[in-house]
Amino acid sequence: MSRVGLHLSDVACVRGGRLLFRGVDLAMEPGGSALLKGPNGIGKSSLMRICAGLLRASAGTVDRHGRVALTDERLALDMEQPLGAALGFWARLDAAAPGALDAALAAMALEPLRQVPVRMLSTGQRKRAALARVIASGAPIWLLDEPGNGLDDAALELLGDAVAVHLAKGGIVIAASHQPVPLVTPVVLAMADFGAEDA
Amino acid sequence: MNILLTLASRDLRQAWQSAGLWLPVAFLLLVASLYPFAVGPDAALLRRTGGGMLWIAALLASLLPVDRLVAPDRDAGVLDQIALRGIGEEMVVLARLIAHWLGFGPALMIATLPAAALLKLDGATIGLLEAGLLIGTPALAALGLLVATLTAGLRSSGALAGLLALPLAVPLLIFGAGTLGDGSGAALKFLGAASLLLVAITPFAGGAAVRAGRE
Repeated sequence: MSRVGLHLSDVACVRGGRLLFRGVDLAMEPGGSALLKGPNGIGKSSLMRICAGLLRASAGTVDRHGRVALTDERLALDMEQPLGAALGFWARLDAAAPGALDAALAAMALEPLRQVPVRMLSTGQRKRAALARVIASGAPIWLLDEPGNGLDDAALELLGDAVAVHLAKGGIVIAASHQPVPLVTPVVLAMADFGAEDA
Repeated sequence: MNILLTLASRDLRQAWQSAGLWLPVAFLLLVASLYPFAVGPDAALLRRTGGGMLWIAALLASLLPVDRLVAPDRDAGVLDQIALRGIGEEMVVLARLIAHWLGFGPALMIATLPAAALLKLDGATIGLLEAGLLIGTPALAALGLLVATLTAGLRSSGALAGLLALPLAVPLLIFGAGTLGDGSGAALKFLGAASLLLVAITPFAGGAAVRAGRE
């Protein structure tokens, strides 16, 4: 990995004419992790999309070095395809190293489900599949939007392990969640602090 | 190039699995078999008007798959995931255009053969019709894809797509059907020009529409 980092300074977001948040600063260096906390609708997902470059910040600057992998509530896997093939499509686009997908499937305990069509998977299994795509991508910056949704205790543990391995390799993890996520010593951003109420 | 192939083959497979490929073909054949019931079995009349009728049928058939070209992938987050990988929206739309044409152009041209037989068209007319469709179907595919990118995410996008596409399709229809009664080949050239224009515009206009739809 060459130079990796994600720097937000004074970022604001307006959606549908409403100010969601402003003045968000965040400096992520290799090995760093952050946890966005706050109730529904406060702008966690919008901030994630701004970090990913899918949404323009209404104000402030976003400085990103390194590829980004995002998982959100949308699965983006072809329902009729077997899980292995559906993830293989993304691995090809990522130009992932050979074996990266196998390792990611193993990390999320999905190997037995490789031949199962995506539409047959349960909620938790789909979430694990989306996380496996993030792991297989080889991107240094992980953006995990509500990664713990629908995961059982064993899967949460797998997620914690995967995150720990990624951080140890010098990756960056930003997670947004209203429930506890197994991150090691993250920077905690309480989104309510950046709300529009004090404007 | 590799990315383009990966995207296009996936789009083609999706179209195949959603069984949408048979829809335009079935539609064209249905129209061709209904038309003689409407105007009567007069072979001379069918021969004179059948070619133009098939052009209208091809145009309307191209609008059938519009609502599944872009919107499902947009809603499922596929387009966002592709964008995250630094792949331009123009590339996405170009791949989709190739896949869409492969899925619908050749099938439509093959379906035209039995349809032409039903309408008692002669060999020369069938030849001109097929040549026109070869040039014109990429433009029909481009037009369908373009309105699909523009209307993705809107309510009742299917009806709106039809309203948007039909006026833009008028030149294709004029030149396409014009080739049938034109001995000089000029209509074919105009059809080619209109087709080139639409095919060249679509990746850029469609890419901009996908980007704008993300906000």
